[in-house]
Amino acid sequence: MFLINCPYCGERDQSEFSCGGEAHIVRPKQPTELSDNQWAEYLFMRKNIKGVQFERWNHAHGCRKWFNMVRDTSNDKIHAVYKMGEKPPVE
Amino acid sequence: MTKFRVNKTKHVDQTKTVSFNFDGKSYHGFDGDTLASALLSNGVHLVGRSFKYHRPRGIMSCGSEEPNAICQINEDTDLTEPNVRATEIELYEGLKASSQNCWPSVNFDIGGINNFISPFIPAGFYYKTFMWPKSFWKKIYEPLIRWSAGLGKSPTKPDPELYDHKHVHCDVLIIGGGISGIIASKIAAKNNLRTILIEDKNILGGSTIFQKNENYKINNKYSSEWLDEEIAELQKLDNLTIKTRTSLAAYHSYNYLLAKENISDHLPLDKRNGDIRQRLWKIRADKVLVATGAIERPLVFNNNDRPGIMLANSVKKYLDFYGVSCGFNNVIFTNNDSAYETAVSLKEKGISVEIIDIRKKSNSKIVKNAEKLGVKIYWNSTIVNTFGHRKINSIEIMNLSEDGSNVVGDKNRINCDCLAVSGGWTPMVHMHTQSGGKLDFRENDQTFIPTEIDENHINVGSCNGDFELEEIINNTNKKVKNFLKVSETEFDNTSVLNSKELDKRNIWLLPNYISDGKCKSFIDFQNDSTAKDIKLALREGFKSIEHVKRYTTTGMATDQGKLSNMHALGIIADTAGVKMGTLGTTTFRPPFTPLTFGSIVGRSVGKFFDIIRKTSIHEWHSQNNAKFENVGQWKRPWYYPINDEGLHDAVQRESKAARDSAGILDASTLGKIDIQGTDASEFLNRVYTNAWSKLGIGKCRYGLMLNEDGMVYDDGVTTRLGENHYLMTTTTGGAANVLSKLEDYLQTEWPELDVYLTSVTDHYSTASICGPNSKKILTKIFPDKDFSDEAFPHMSYQNAKIDEINCRIMRISFTGELSYEINIESKYGKSLWEKCIEVGKEFKITPYGTETMHLLRAEKGFIIVGQDTDGTMTPIDLQMDWIVSKKKYDFIGKRSLYRSDTIREDRKQLVGLLTDDPNEVLEEGAQIVSDVNKKPIEMIGHVTSSYFSPNLNKSIALAVVKSGKKMNGQKLIVPMENKNIIVTVSDSVFLDKENKRIYA
Repeated sequence: MFLINCPYCGERDQSEFSCGGEAHIVRPKQPTELSDNQWAEYLFMRKNIKGVQFERWNHAHGCRKWFNMVRDTSNDKIHAVYKMGEKPPVE
Repeated sequence: MTKFRVNKTKHVDQTKTVSFNFDGKSYHGFDGDTLASALLSNGVHLVGRSFKYHRPRGIMSCGSEEPNAICQINEDTDLTEPNVRATEIELYEGLKASSQNCWPSVNFDIGGINNFISPFIPAGFYYKTFMWPKSFWKKIYEPLIRWSAGLGKSPTKPDPELYDHKHVHCDVLIIGGGISGIIASKIAAKNNLRTILIEDKNILGGSTIFQKNENYKINNKYSSEWLDEEIAELQKLDNLTIKTRTSLAAYHSYNYLLAKENISDHLPLDKRNGDIRQRLWKIRADKVLVATGAIERPLVFNNNDRPGIMLANSVKKYLDFYGVSCGFNNVIFTNNDSAYETAVSLKEKGISVEIIDIRKKSNSKIVKNAEKLGVKIYWNSTIVNTFGHRKINSIEIMNLSEDGSNVVGDKNRINCDCLAVSGGWTPMVHMHTQSGGKLDFRENDQTFIPTEIDENHINVGSCNGDFELEEIINNTNKKVKNFLKVSETEFDNTSVLNSKELDKRNIWLLPNYISDGKCKSFIDFQNDSTAKDIKLALREGFKSIEHVKRYTTTGMATDQGKLSNMHALGIIADTAGVKMGTLGTTTFRPPFTPLTFGSIVGRSVGKFFDIIRKTSIHEWHSQNNAKFENVGQWKRPWYYPINDEGLHDAVQRESKAARDSAGILDASTLGKIDIQGTDASEFLNRVYTNAWSKLGIGKCRYGLMLNEDGMVYDDGVTTRLGENHYLMTTTTGGAANVLSKLEDYLQTEWPELDVYLTSVTDHYSTASICGPNSKKILTKIFPDKDFSDEAFPHMSYQNAKIDEINCRIMRISFTGELSYEINIESKYGKSLWEKCIEVGKEFKITPYGTETMHLLRAEKGFIIVGQDTDGTMTPIDLQMDWIVSKKKYDFIGKRSLYRSDTIREDRKQLVGLLTDDPNEVLEEGAQIVSDVNKKPIEMIGHVTSSYFSPNLNKSIALAVVKSGKKMNGQKLIVPMENKNIIVTVSDSVFLDKENKRIYA
């Protein structure tokens, strides 16, 4: 059970949060101009790597804000949390 | 006092007799005993039968590692519990316990025949045997396996006891109240850290608490005396919480731990008073110190499982702690020095003991001590067989060859009534690995030792591989100082005297003159797996430890391999000729010891299992005989039977009334989201498939929401309340998810939009009145309002007042009838409802529930998201092309509507179905086929909604069918168990295709 440092509320128990999958996948601005393959790339393809991963998290049972997290999926170490729109800290 | 109670100790109060019952026989023990020590004090060793071969088994240990002595307690009461370890049950007056896995009795067990046919039931027997013939499975194999599977009996009645959860935070959590845990607790608490010490036994002190031996002294006192004083001082520390009878269940990441506290399990049943039985502690600790100690290893030799064969340190504890001698003619079988402490304890009390040692010699102080006391030692020897059916009576020993791989010389038979074995010690690394820690293999004593993982978690004492007293005290002190950043402690100059162990000799599987295949050398006592099984698994090609474990079931019993895993690994390494450290270990998973379901769920039982949401009108529904159905967490009126009416009759009546005169529905549960902001219109444009920019203020519009994959996600009517203000309604079940999804897009994809979302579901109650007389009813409630089609057209809303209370009236319809929804603040919901009922009386206004609502909308072919859709339906599949804007550049899911998959014409599409027999009502979920003769029969769709319509006087159904759009008028078949029902594909709108009724 992680202890997550919500950028708006501070440290809270993982049970207050939900994970929204890989971060920094931007919704295409002009979806109609994409080929099926390009659209599928956006819609379905996720990395799900073992190692340092960028993830979206939501403080669902708290401030309800979305934010980003850098987490090592191999040992669950959270390296950083940062607000939506902010640049990821350079690894 | 029984003859086995040879010693008075301070831990067992021999003035307080406790009577108990085991396997139908009455016995006496004393206050302070465990069930195991009390049984041993009565000379009872045989307590159970093994799982597979039904071999007689006895108490083996004194703790949670016990594989054999598992009992059913308090059978025939509500409080019965299976699979509890006799070594962990504190004895109480009236305790009733019985053996498991034996029939008719532990002394004579029919299943014992398995022992004689054991050559025919090797590892993987079940996998290999119960494959054929196929027809045997249902009638013979499955009942047979079910009869013999499982341990103990589950209680059959609801658990009457209370369980609790507690959340705590602390600076330091110390797991284990042995000597290292006590030292660590004292240092932590004295340095102003909020400290919690948990210990699974009822008293602190671990195995040092009964160590009264000349060779082990601390500051010139016996180590037990020194520790007693330390424990007394601990009690005085303010910021230390000591929880005994509390066992750690799980160690999760970020120092989040679960521990189970036993509160009343040690009390007689009549003294429990309905108080809390167990409490699950959920602990978040800044720092965690693991001091869980070590478990003694058995030795693996032929017939090493007879009752009377026990772990050496347990024999010592029964003697020195409980005052019970497990035998009067003891033999110790060891490969290390620690078992000599048991020998010294026995000899000092005048009890006979001899030692078989596989080592060639040891010159340590404790060994010399034993020799001086006259203990006979057989060096370089091993046991090759044991005898005695229900209890051991003799052993056969031989000398070991130079390299230990074989036995040499003559067999020598020795009589004994108790065999104490010691194969060295295994650090309890479970907690460390559960938390994500890794292990290193230490060659010299063949142990896995924790490697440190981070600055907030350390292991101290024997769970960290420190086995000698001096190491334990000094290393614990040093590590704790470093860990807690403390510069000096009272333990800095502790003088420790102990015997140093100089020689070790590890042989995982002891050699024998009998061939492997004929030896019963048990590794996992509870699951009956032997060295032979492991070797067989390796021969059959299993290489990974995880596979061997599953194939042989080694380590998969309720003790989770606490005694067996190391030997299994060792024998695999030896047989495969690899280094043991390279094999790794199996995964240690929580819980460390089994948890009760009660402690897991805590108070979340019965009506507290889940939240129940009720509308403000709920009370009226109850009083008016409503039957409720669960919709999400909501209780919604399902139907309102009059007298003895069943569901069908009530729904037929309600449906007819709604179309003939007036019906009223509590629609308060529909999700309501208040949307405000200058970009609200643009936002709706992006989340709904249809266009919203041109919706006038005061107008309502139905919207369909898709997922980005193009599949229908939710639907509902949204009303424009003002220039920048909308009220969105969602499905009852989808409300929370829709809000989350919209928030997600707002916060992450479109942060530039000025839009604010607020859930107002609970703020407003909604009464929905429909039917040709609804306008008259509304006119009576709001006499000043003009309800003409011109002043108040369909799909529009107006503000209104009832007795100065503001409300909103929407003219919208989910039934196809003329229909109005009145929204009012929730606290007035019931008054509004009652008013509608009162005013509507002259029009026979009929309250209807969800079932009638479903029927009415099905007559009109309106979909219910989640019933007629299942996450794989696009709006095109639903034949709702009209709602998908062609002009809008983008909306959620638009691009997916022309992916190669979504434009297929043979997708399942929503159609209507009419049965040839108008009285035949289809079953929802029934499969649809076009040809029953072509095998295999192709399923081309299924029924999603089906009702008998009283208004059309025939059966109607909605269904999804492959290429259904093109099938209008075509006959299809719905095959049921006894018959094939012929149906005709029709339009999905069955009633009032011209939409005249909404203008009635």
